[in-house]
Amino acid sequence: MTAALSISLHVNGERVDAQVLPRLNLADFLREQLKLTGTHVGCEHGVCGACTVRVDGEIVRSCLMLAVQTQGASVETIEGLSDSGEIADLQAAFRDRNALQCGFCTPGMLIAAQDLLKQEAEPDRERIRAHLAGNYCRCTGYQAIIDAVESTALARRGKRA
Amino acid sequence: MTSSPAGKQTLSELDRPNSYIGKVVPRPNLERLMQGRGLYVSDMELPRMAHVVFVRSPYAHAKIISIDPGAAKRMPGVIAVVTGEELASVITPWIGVLSHLKGLKSAPQSAIAIDRACWQGEAVTAVVASSRAAAEDAAEAVAVQYKELEAVTDMRNALDPRTPVIHPSLGDNLAFERNLDAGTVDAAFAGSDEIVEAEFVFGRHTGVTLEPRAVLADWNAAEARLTIYQGTQAPHMVQNLAALHLGLEESQVRVVCKDVGGSFGIKVHIYADEMATYALSKLLRRPVKFVADRVESFNTDIHARDHRCKGRIGVKRDGTIVAFEIDDLTGIGPYSMYPRTSAIEANQVVNLIGGPYATKNYRARARVVYQNKNVMCQYRAVGHPIACSVTEGLVDLAAAKIGMDPVEIRRRNLIADDAYPCASPSGLRFELLSHHAAMNKLMTMMDYDGLRAEQTALRKKNIHRGIGIASFIEVTNPSAAFYGVGGAKISSQDGVAVRLDAQGAVICQTSITEQGQGSESLTAQIVGSVLGVSMSRVRVILGDTDQTPYGGGTWASRGAGIGGEAALQAAKILRKNILDVAAAILQSSPSELDVADNAVVNATDGTPRIELRELARIVYFRPDTLPPGIQPELMATRHFVPREYPFAFTNGVQASWLEVDTDTGFVKLLKHWVVEDCGTLINPQLVDEQIRGGVVQGLGAALFEKCIYDERGQLTNANMADYLVPMSGEMPDIDVGHVVSPTAESELGAKGAGEAGTAGAAAAVANGVNDALKPFGATITEIPLTPQVILTALKRI
Amino acid sequence: MKASAFSYARATSVPNAIELLVAHGERAKVLSGGQSLMPAMNLRLVAPELIVDIGELKELRGIAASGGLIKIGALTRHADLLKSREIAAQAPLLRDAAAQIAHPAIRNRGTIGGSLAHADPASELPACMVALNATIIAQGAAGERRIPATDFFTGIYETVLSPQELLVAVELPTAPKNSAHFFCEFTRRHGDYAIIGLAAQAIVENDRLTDFRPVFFSVGNRPHLAKAAAGLIKKAVTPALLSEASKALSEELDPPEDQQASSSMRRHLAKVLLARSVSALLGRPDLYAGKAL
Repeated sequence: MTAALSISLHVNGERVDAQVLPRLNLADFLREQLKLTGTHVGCEHGVCGACTVRVDGEIVRSCLMLAVQTQGASVETIEGLSDSGEIADLQAAFRDRNALQCGFCTPGMLIAAQDLLKQEAEPDRERIRAHLAGNYCRCTGYQAIIDAVESTALARRGKRA
Repeated sequence: MTSSPAGKQTLSELDRPNSYIGKVVPRPNLERLMQGRGLYVSDMELPRMAHVVFVRSPYAHAKIISIDPGAAKRMPGVIAVVTGEELASVITPWIGVLSHLKGLKSAPQSAIAIDRACWQGEAVTAVVASSRAAAEDAAEAVAVQYKELEAVTDMRNALDPRTPVIHPSLGDNLAFERNLDAGTVDAAFAGSDEIVEAEFVFGRHTGVTLEPRAVLADWNAAEARLTIYQGTQAPHMVQNLAALHLGLEESQVRVVCKDVGGSFGIKVHIYADEMATYALSKLLRRPVKFVADRVESFNTDIHARDHRCKGRIGVKRDGTIVAFEIDDLTGIGPYSMYPRTSAIEANQVVNLIGGPYATKNYRARARVVYQNKNVMCQYRAVGHPIACSVTEGLVDLAAAKIGMDPVEIRRRNLIADDAYPCASPSGLRFELLSHHAAMNKLMTMMDYDGLRAEQTALRKKNIHRGIGIASFIEVTNPSAAFYGVGGAKISSQDGVAVRLDAQGAVICQTSITEQGQGSESLTAQIVGSVLGVSMSRVRVILGDTDQTPYGGGTWASRGAGIGGEAALQAAKILRKNILDVAAAILQSSPSELDVADNAVVNATDGTPRIELRELARIVYFRPDTLPPGIQPELMATRHFVPREYPFAFTNGVQASWLEVDTDTGFVKLLKHWVVEDCGTLINPQLVDEQIRGGVVQGLGAALFEKCIYDERGQLTNANMADYLVPMSGEMPDIDVGHVVSPTAESELGAKGAGEAGTAGAAAAVANGVNDALKPFGATITEIPLTPQVILTALKRI
Repeated sequence: MKASAFSYARATSVPNAIELLVAHGERAKVLSGGQSLMPAMNLRLVAPELIVDIGELKELRGIAASGGLIKIGALTRHADLLKSREIAAQAPLLRDAAAQIAHPAIRNRGTIGGSLAHADPASELPACMVALNATIIAQGAAGERRIPATDFFTGIYETVLSPQELLVAVELPTAPKNSAHFFCEFTRRHGDYAIIGLAAQAIVENDRLTDFRPVFFSVGNRPHLAKAAAGLIKKAVTPALLSEASKALSEELDPPEDQQASSSMRRHLAKVLLARSVSALLGRPDLYAGKAL
């Protein structure tokens, strides 16, 4: 096993200094070292989307990044997005529409949905389905999630108008 | 047909002043999950916790010649390397049979294989280390010598005398056979005008729960107590079996479920690697955690639905179905799963064929055979998808043969809505179903005639759309008839304890469990309604054998019907107890009072008389102010078990509207409908979402999902890129409607709803594809309906 | 699964990256976007001893147009291709292809350099490079090497790059007048690997294809520029001519069989794609009667 390396980054706005083995992926770093277990691991081969986080504002699959690659970066997890209130309306829509059942896909789903809503003000249902097509959910069958994202987009447009 | 519940008392429990029953209310505690602050077993850490990784057989069938752990033991972070033989001193093997499945035979299975590995992926050694990564490194260094044996990998040959017998002590590879002969089948076929036969082939499926199986076993040697953290659907069952095989009393085992990242039946079984994890904790006297990675999940989570079913239907020209006959073959793994057995799925297929229809003539043979593939057992809607796909496929074939519309033939044969109670030829007892009302509602919802017209118009433009219909029945609220009668220590009853706390809020402990379907919410809704308390003041505790009444848990769609009724009855008693005390305090009589909106009120006009908060204060802190002799009791427990009907059958009908690109073989699902009758709806939104989720699993079965084994018994698509699960881009919107026929077995009148979506969705899609391809004379009776399969049927390739 | 242990070096410059590759050769792997390398490592399909992370090399970023050429740095993410105005104007084929690569989170990290060096026969960008007549620029100990895309891909996960070379950029000619393009891939689900795909670049003048480069992917061990296209160039395309070209295409292909499709199904779908592309490029619905989903 090779030696640990020092990294310094921001996680949810907080400065983090850590020692990590090169092979430690970002998802495991967040979960095991920082105890931010809201980021979930579903496949470790980049297909299910449960591990979705934001790095420097862009959504990524944290199982496909090494912790050492986040040197100097700003990482945001579901805990951070929740505490800042950034997705409060989206979460409320998920709650009202029951767009989550077991909740395991939900953090990744919310982050991916927020990514879409930041880029597009009027996504239609097909567009929402396409943007979320890389986030696996086994419980809901997706429709409630699409409904919740659609209604949030509508409400945000209403506020801007 | 909607039936009104029997008796004034039933009416009153569901229609109370601040009732939540029938209402859409958000589930409590969603915030936690949405903020990433849930606690799944895969998140858990305990002091001195070690991680286990299993060395798994790369062969489908092999003798284990030797295991050399030497190099592995010396690697960094390694705590122990343990073989099956070594673990056998801590945990005993088991056999997955139940006495009511006559003739079912299975061989003993050990927690870790001893002498022989019988499927590719079976655990042969455990490596325990300080991290998962370190354990994986060490696992690579464990030197296992195998002698590859011939593997049984084709169910069609499993009973051939030239095929090796996997367990010589069993004599052959036949696990179970069931035969049924009802009515006069031969005479019926002889008297029919047309007979249609087809072989239906189904892809082997697996659940693909997003959170893989995860167990954290914590043997506290000082207390001689084992705490198992596991997202199981049946914690008391796990408690019982862990204790049994580890030589402990049940009271020495506690099972805690935590948040569960999906189950669908996958996490209701006893797995060898999980039993090994419990045993390792006991052996090593420290917490041991096992989290299956995704590849392990594909190779070891139970598979399901691997069937080849020959079906035959006889029909008269006027559309009357005169007989059904099937010969079903299913290839499971090398062991019958424990404790629910791998014969139940086939048994259900035999039970359920033809279920919605009136014909009394039915003959069936089902054989369950062993193979050197992963184990197979109950997965959402157990057997129903097979039975429904075969039945509904045969009905459509019969309709086509006599030139009748598929809806029309169903209308002529579905059991009449006023024919109940009645029984099926396979002995299923139906209390009250609504096949015709459901079909009528479906026709309106989907505008059937409009879609037929659209189909005709588009065909002229070479656009090929199809409509597929599937009627179904669904088992829910099982009594002991399912497992208990066979000797399984699986409880078919559930209990709820409710109490008022010192501030007049309610704490509720239930033996049903939560995996996201809304068990917590339905319990709070019922208790809040029956007790007269706001849902926000009801806290529900579940998933902990130390903290809840003894019960079966949530599976086979029993949570609402059984656990819900227990909640209702317990809340009724608590309400009575509250009113007894209130009457004493207010110098009134209980019949003049009621509880509503967190207060004791006048029964006549709802005027608040005393808040529950105040009543609780008096009871807990000032009983000296109560009249003499009174012993207030602000806690009540009730259990419920279905006694009259072995299962509460529900019914429904589904429809699929789809388009087939005949150049590419791709199917686009345009829309899906479900009309479901599951009795009283406690929370319509949660029911509809269960149905939608279940439908999409069925759509996955219809178009995408299949565990692909090669002839050597290697699972070749054990990852998420190659085993295709339904994603949002390909799924349609699903409209859900209801008919309501409550069960009279309970005051709540609720039947189950969790599996109905999965029961009929694949059948509807398959019928839809065949409907779309009618102009081409192509009929397909296999799923998944991949582009390859469709292009082949169209003879384009 | 967890990746096996490895050493890690963050390259500080292109020469530094090459030094590391020269020193470690086949024992090292370049980490660019990581969207193909990381899954393979997590599944323990590959276990390099050293990872050379080129993620900080700013000189490998950027899309610049000058002198009739567009130069795309190797670290350009697929998401950058989607957003780039130069690409939209000068190489819209790349934009259409990038939109089909996996999912948004993957596109935010995956790079063009990584995709081309990885040379997965099912991937989109190698085929686009061949269709666009791109030049792939590599740096090694001996200096710069400029390799035509048509010569670059040699097999499954195989290119002419040596383990001691780094792909640093691609260059494509800016779109000539009357350029047209067509991109289509068949996947079981959004974002899946293509069962088969077609990236085509053409010049359409006076209702004829004066140039046509249809490059199929997921049909063999590397992108396949269809020779059958020649039969359609500078001609009035009739259904009969298209049918002949289809037949020729079917004969020149030798597609693999896998879990998604048989060889014969890929041949069939290739013909469908050819017909769709010609029909779309020429604005001739009569050449393709079926309806695209």
